[in-house]
Amino acid sequence: MNILYDERIDGALPKVDKAALVQALNARVPDLTVLHRAEDLRPYECDGLSAYRTVPLLVVLPERIEQVEVLLKLCHERKVPVVARGAGTGLSGGALPLEQGVLLVMARFKQILEIDPAGRWARVQPGVRNLAISQAAAPYGLYYAPDPSSQIACSIGGNVAENAGGVHCLKYGLTVHNLLKVQMLTIEGERLTLGSDALDSPGFDLLALFTGSEGMLGIITEVTVKLLPKPQVAKVLLASFDSVEKAGAAVAQIIAAGIIPGGLEMMDNLAIRAAEDFIHAGYPVDAEAILLCELDGVESDVHDDCQRVYQVLTEAGATEVRQARDEAERLRFWAGRKNAFPAVGRLSPDYYCMDGTIPRRALPGVLKGIAELSEQYGLRVANVFHAGDGNMHPLILFDANQAGELERAEALGGQILELCVAVGGSITGEHGVGREKINQMCAQFNSDELTLFHAVKAAFDPDRLLNPGKNIPTLQRCAEFGAMHIHHGQLPFPELERF
Amino acid sequence: MTERDFDASEQLLDQVRQALADDRPLCIQGSASKAFLGRPSAGERLDTRAHCGIVSYDPTELVITARAGTPLQTLRAAVEEAGQMLPFEPPAYGEQATLGGTIAAGLSGPRRPWAGSARDYALGTRVITGLGKHLRFGGEVMKNVAGYDLSRLLTGSFGALGVLTEVSLKVLPKPRACFSIKLSCDAERALLKLAEWGQQPMPISAACHSADFLYLRLESGEGSVAAAHERIGGEPIASAFWDDLNEHRLPFFAQPEPLWRLSLPNNTGILDLPGEQLIDWGGAQRWLKSSASAASIRQVVEAVGGHVTCYTAGITSEPFQPLPNLLLRYHRQLKTQLDPQGIFNPGRLYAQL
Repeated sequence: MNILYDERIDGALPKVDKAALVQALNARVPDLTVLHRAEDLRPYECDGLSAYRTVPLLVVLPERIEQVEVLLKLCHERKVPVVARGAGTGLSGGALPLEQGVLLVMARFKQILEIDPAGRWARVQPGVRNLAISQAAAPYGLYYAPDPSSQIACSIGGNVAENAGGVHCLKYGLTVHNLLKVQMLTIEGERLTLGSDALDSPGFDLLALFTGSEGMLGIITEVTVKLLPKPQVAKVLLASFDSVEKAGAAVAQIIAAGIIPGGLEMMDNLAIRAAEDFIHAGYPVDAEAILLCELDGVESDVHDDCQRVYQVLTEAGATEVRQARDEAERLRFWAGRKNAFPAVGRLSPDYYCMDGTIPRRALPGVLKGIAELSEQYGLRVANVFHAGDGNMHPLILFDANQAGELERAEALGGQILELCVAVGGSITGEHGVGREKINQMCAQFNSDELTLFHAVKAAFDPDRLLNPGKNIPTLQRCAEFGAMHIHHGQLPFPELERF
Repeated sequence: MTERDFDASEQLLDQVRQALADDRPLCIQGSASKAFLGRPSAGERLDTRAHCGIVSYDPTELVITARAGTPLQTLRAAVEEAGQMLPFEPPAYGEQATLGGTIAAGLSGPRRPWAGSARDYALGTRVITGLGKHLRFGGEVMKNVAGYDLSRLLTGSFGALGVLTEVSLKVLPKPRACFSIKLSCDAERALLKLAEWGQQPMPISAACHSADFLYLRLESGEGSVAAAHERIGGEPIASAFWDDLNEHRLPFFAQPEPLWRLSLPNNTGILDLPGEQLIDWGGAQRWLKSSASAASIRQVVEAVGGHVTCYTAGITSEPFQPLPNLLLRYHRQLKTQLDPQGIFNPGRLYAQL
């Protein structure tokens, strides 16, 4: 881990007496599972972003909310930092443990408490897997819309903490659009309900504030999600283009035609070839870009929209447009996209997934910029793109066993994110800031804006015990980062060694 | 763009800084079209209307950005011209309603249960804070999870946390087909039918029940709208009905009793309350014309998991549903952090804020 990711940049680490803490936990919550031996802690040293690892001071695995309550009170009294973790699939190091902190694993809370088909909601514990909710709702013809690629494994508590997205966001929204209510515990161990069973609730919209707050404001203990009726049919079109620009323009034309597809994904040539090689989805490997456009809804509407989109794509210069002939082919088309990350992973020992968002019109310029940076850093980049909502996932290929490559990949990734900010976008669309993008936050927000974020944090957790060092950088971190950045600006390459 | 386009943010910032220096409260106001909502708030008027104009709008990006003083009408006309809409259908409650007031009040119209609320469409904001800074949060992109979601927190905060100066909203294409109908049906049966249809992929985008009629708006592609109409039947009505409902121009709203808004879980049955009721949002929002006391109405509504807002000024000292103590404490802490001198619309939401 390089110096800029070190928690010490944010100040000296707290001093926690581990033995005394274990003793106090055993005394006050005797039935709580506490892991404290090195070999038991090791499996928890990272989340889905395995490049960053820290062995936690302690891991606790509660099974009842009362245990979490007492744990938080204890940590609050003793000023011990707490990092919450769900399934550990996050891609930004949001659940990266702290050397002097407790890792609070909520994975054992996996009960679906209630499904109300008439009310169209499900009340679940935070450790319930995203996909499990849709499976439980399926007998009623309902489902939970947000579908992050990790939906088979990721848990709803983490989805709320990260405001998780997926491939259907443009039409169905992010996690924040699909929640009714969250029960949480404050760092002082008090129970708060945000939102309600109605569509709104009095006072400030704390549910919206809390969604995506990355475990900085409280611990999620229960989530009520909205359920939607399952669309009758879904059809997918696959269009090939001989240039990325044409594919990008086609996306704008689809929307200009008044159509909001259920999913609208773009892949560039490197990603296409990787996916085809891995999945044999039937992708055209010579295309510079493909678009996958899924239309869902009631049969007759979908049929009409398919015809419209077919025409738009053809007029936009697609070299070929194919509609999946049957459900098997539709799933195959999607399998290529959904497995793009591991497919790219086969091209290279390691890959690093970025998550910037941009206004769609900036796409050609940003892709050109990425290509230039890729050349400059000597690392290949494959591009996978939620084209409908402007969320890019450049995948940087590298080999961690080659000296300096991880650092180069990180530096390249950072530059890509700053490029996104420069065109009016954001450093993260759905993966979160976590520890990974903490330094790029200094590029997206000025010190006054960061100060306001810290003020929000102080309203809930003035001692900064919940997930410190994530999401919002300290001003001293930004000063360090800014100083290094200026240094970078002066020299074309040698600065990389400092990363 | 109109000739009234003007960037008055410096003047607004100056006024806020002066108020901070003098430790004087400000009453943030656009056209005052929603002044009847909430508690009265004393303070020098900060008028946002000079800060006006659409800053950017590219229909294919599905985002419109405009200054807070921009009339809602101007915004609607611009998106309409491009065949798009503000899907949350904000009520204006007055010809001159501004974008800033619309977002600060966070109100949504008949399409809300199906399309989402004002805060769901808020992508970015610029805001003058209680530290006298003009800051930007969120932006013009659909997905953005960097930092806390201040834009959505500010939506519906009634100006208690800062002065909104600019807002970016997601917009959507208007549906290809739109058809409104009414059916003769009592309230009980209407709620049952709505619960049933809610579980099916029906193209319903508004559902209201009033005086033995169920009113529905069907919106989507031509095929599904025609199929739904065939299935449900009913008599065609003009789509202006929904504007009249949204703007409280239906005869129901002209009754002399105070007006109450009940926000309820969407499968709540008939509520037994004194006065007349109109069901909106497919059951999740009900309008009540009643002379009953706030406490008695709240008791019934709280019991089913809902909350109540009084829409007639001067009836109760707490027009918004009082918050549980702990939740109120965190509201106060947030207010203190973001507006330490308490100059923005003090007391408008709650006496303690």
